[in-house]
Amino acid sequence: MNIEMVVFGVTFVVALGSALAMLFARNAVHAALFLVAVQLALAVAFLLQGAYFIAAIQVIVYAGAIMVLFLFVIMLLGVDRREVLIESLPAQRGLAVGLGALLTAEIIYIAFKGIAIVGDSNAPALEALNEDPGNVEALARALFSRYLLPFEVTSVLLVVAVVGAMVLTRRIAAPAPPTHPVAALQGDQAPDSGTGRPQREEVPA
Amino acid sequence: MSAVAPEFYLALAGFLFTVGVVGVLVRRNAIVIFMFVELMLNAVNLTFVTFARVRGQIDGQVLVFFVLVVAAAEVVVGLAIIVAIFRRRASANVDGVSLLRW
Repeated sequence: MNIEMVVFGVTFVVALGSALAMLFARNAVHAALFLVAVQLALAVAFLLQGAYFIAAIQVIVYAGAIMVLFLFVIMLLGVDRREVLIESLPAQRGLAVGLGALLTAEIIYIAFKGIAIVGDSNAPALEALNEDPGNVEALARALFSRYLLPFEVTSVLLVVAVVGAMVLTRRIAAPAPPTHPVAALQGDQAPDSGTGRPQREEVPA
Repeated sequence: MSAVAPEFYLALAGFLFTVGVVGVLVRRNAIVIFMFVELMLNAVNLTFVTFARVRGQIDGQVLVFFVLVVAAAEVVVGLAIIVAIFRRRASANVDGVSLLRW
């Protein structure tokens, strides 16, 4: 019994268990914390496969920054708000689980079949790459030479995303909207809870 | 490197991706649906890292980098949309937002 197999087994159980717990978590904050657990487990899986820099980025950016953003929005919208549990499409839940099981079977079949064809005979090459220039340097060389144009395009993408988020969440001061934000936050029960039917809003003239 | 065969990492990624798909289909809270989308992106990242190991090339890890950036941008814009919808409707339930449905 290899120690890496033990670590992988623990990672597998933690990741899958947390993902399933996320599926059944009633509270959005609990779901977010389970997602953090999944991401930390995946960082361990990255470490086991020699992706050291990606593992660090996974912890810092995903489990850190992005999840803080999620928790921030959950707190902003109200923590104690319960999800509407009445299903508007009754057949959807069972169908989703059934088709999900089918999808898992397909993915695992393809994974095992495909790896059996391709093999992992090239695995020592990555190990050598991690030894000689080092993982971070090899990554940087690829990122700033072959992938330079996509790298620059992502900077444009980030700027567009920031500007878009600012425009979307900006409050327009002059004409008061029909449902004032403060009044909307105070009304604890959602107006359309229970029935699942869409409720028409007042159409501004 | 790793003594565990890459098939098992791909199997873990497949399980996580499926849980993400089922979560998106089953849950009704827009923020929770977003979290399941993140879960699917994470599963895909695991396949990228696994194939980088299988192929013996660093390119898969570079792709994880780009997935991370796109995920961050997507979360920022998506959460902004959810906050904007919540301001109008006081609800994060996705069934309520059906005005454009045929």
